[in-house]
Amino acid sequence: MLVYLIKRTLLMIPILFGITLLDFGIMHLAPGGPAEAQMEFSAKASAEARERLRKLYGADQPVYKQYATWVGKFATLDFGEAFADGRKVKDKIFERLPITLTMNLLSLGLILLIAIPIGILSATRRYSLLDRFVTIFVFVGFSTPSFWLALLLIYFFGVQVGILPISGIQSLDVSGLTSWGRLMDKAEHLILPVFILSFGGLAGFSRYVRNNMLEVLGQDYIRTARAKGLPEGSVVYKHALRNALMPVITILGLALPGIIGGSVITETVFGIPGMGQLFYQATLSRDYNLSMGILVPGAILTMLGNFLADVGYALADPRVRLK
Amino acid sequence: MSRTITIALSSLRQFAGNRLAVVGGALVALVFIVALFASFLSPHDPSAIDIKNILIGPTFAHPLGTDELGRDVLSRMIWGSRVSLKVGFAAVGIATLIGIILGSLAGYYGGIYDMVIMRSVDVMLTIPTIFLILAVVVILEPSIWNIMVVIGLTSWMEPARLIRAEFMSIKEREFVVAARAVGAPDGRIIFRHILPNGLSPLLVSATMGIGGAILIESGLSFLGLGVQPPTPSWGSLLASGKDHIEIAWWLSAFPGLAILLTVLGYNLLGEGIRDALDPRQRE
Repeated sequence: MLVYLIKRTLLMIPILFGITLLDFGIMHLAPGGPAEAQMEFSAKASAEARERLRKLYGADQPVYKQYATWVGKFATLDFGEAFADGRKVKDKIFERLPITLTMNLLSLGLILLIAIPIGILSATRRYSLLDRFVTIFVFVGFSTPSFWLALLLIYFFGVQVGILPISGIQSLDVSGLTSWGRLMDKAEHLILPVFILSFGGLAGFSRYVRNNMLEVLGQDYIRTARAKGLPEGSVVYKHALRNALMPVITILGLALPGIIGGSVITETVFGIPGMGQLFYQATLSRDYNLSMGILVPGAILTMLGNFLADVGYALADPRVRLK
Repeated sequence: MSRTITIALSSLRQFAGNRLAVVGGALVALVFIVALFASFLSPHDPSAIDIKNILIGPTFAHPLGTDELGRDVLSRMIWGSRVSLKVGFAAVGIATLIGIILGSLAGYYGGIYDMVIMRSVDVMLTIPTIFLILAVVVILEPSIWNIMVVIGLTSWMEPARLIRAEFMSIKEREFVVAARAVGAPDGRIIFRHILPNGLSPLLVSATMGIGGAILIESGLSFLGLGVQPPTPSWGSLLASGKDHIEIAWWLSAFPGLAILLTVLGYNLLGEGIRDALDPRQRE
């Protein structure tokens, strides 16, 4: 296990290097680089002032030095200031993080809660009406543009029936509510966004659990368990399920970028002031400090998520460690 | 030769027997026809502004209603199919080409090539793709060409992995060793002996990839970072649908349905091709 842990940790070094290099490269795709872009915010700056700014941002240095300085700053969690309002990027991110994190965790939970039972039922009742229905749902789910589904739900629940709020994370008149009331108000606002965020993953995961389950149910040890007379429930839920769910841990790690990426569109549609919306606004206004301050830590967190998923998988399945 | 035909026929029969796959093929064909004959099929000029008929619901003259400038939604959807198909095919073409080159290098030569290429795959899979695409599209200015290229550059990882896996499993087989023994150059071994074996998984991933690329394009256009007006695209129709959701449901409902059915078509078709070409996976 220790060898695996060390190997897997070392693997992160080149990935970390790649992430920072790629993001640095993107930032410098812009004509003149980020320093020039910052100056767009103050168009009246004189040539002298521009030169000073360029020095301040190190734009007069060779590229590799700029890269080193940039990475060095990121390592100490110094992401600089947002161009637009001069506030610290770190502060802006921490303001927005809780709501995005809440939504992502809720949708992850929802996906697991629904997808696992569906996958099991679909595998144990293969070719049944339910299984066929799930198969079709999976295909349709994969093919549905999430923002379209969001619009339909907004129209139906928000406009036609009018029982759910369609935008933002709280009502205008929350000050008069008790803390319980505020929580319920927030929950109401999150129902649609969390559902939309989960939708794509739901289809993928149900399919994944079903296929894993089918594969495991065909194994010799399952036949043995049945042959020695174990009740079917015990065969399915004890012997098969545990083995079928193990690879799901890894897939969960791999699905992270997709779920986080989904925040951009979901938060934009529902007007939720989270990281996705912040990133969208930052890229639109070419606020490189801000957009890279979200992109790089986001990618690193995803990488750590994958790492944890792999380690968890290795803990659960000894075969992985020996590979 | 006759054996090849027999196998091809058996695959075709398998495909035709798969109802979902046939539905997928039909959807794909339908969108193709619509895109090809857009100028004959569309009842109105897609960019003809009609101030007197703004945001009217489905009527005889405008079967799917009109948008906020009085333009005919059906006509805009018909022309929008061209954007979706162009982006879908071009992006997947780019991704597949990169995937073949990098996957072959990594799988055939191994060593440092494999190390560098596979770590790059890891890096690309770690960064949320939509973030990357947004950042690059904004810098390069949104246009149909930039979108094709950027989607292509961010979706080569799966084909690369597929091709690499194919090389790894085949490169030590007798027929490859034999080819090497008689002095065949690397290029011939790669392109004539190994690569053709990887074509069927590649075809499946490319078919489904087209659906994926169409989804990304529509998402970008929805965010205002895709194909720029006045060119109609399904995503930008949905964006104006969002602005008028309270009063004009048709502006949201129909373009999204078009995206859904098109992407569904490619996904079902891909799955059908998988079943037809790979007898091992037949259930």
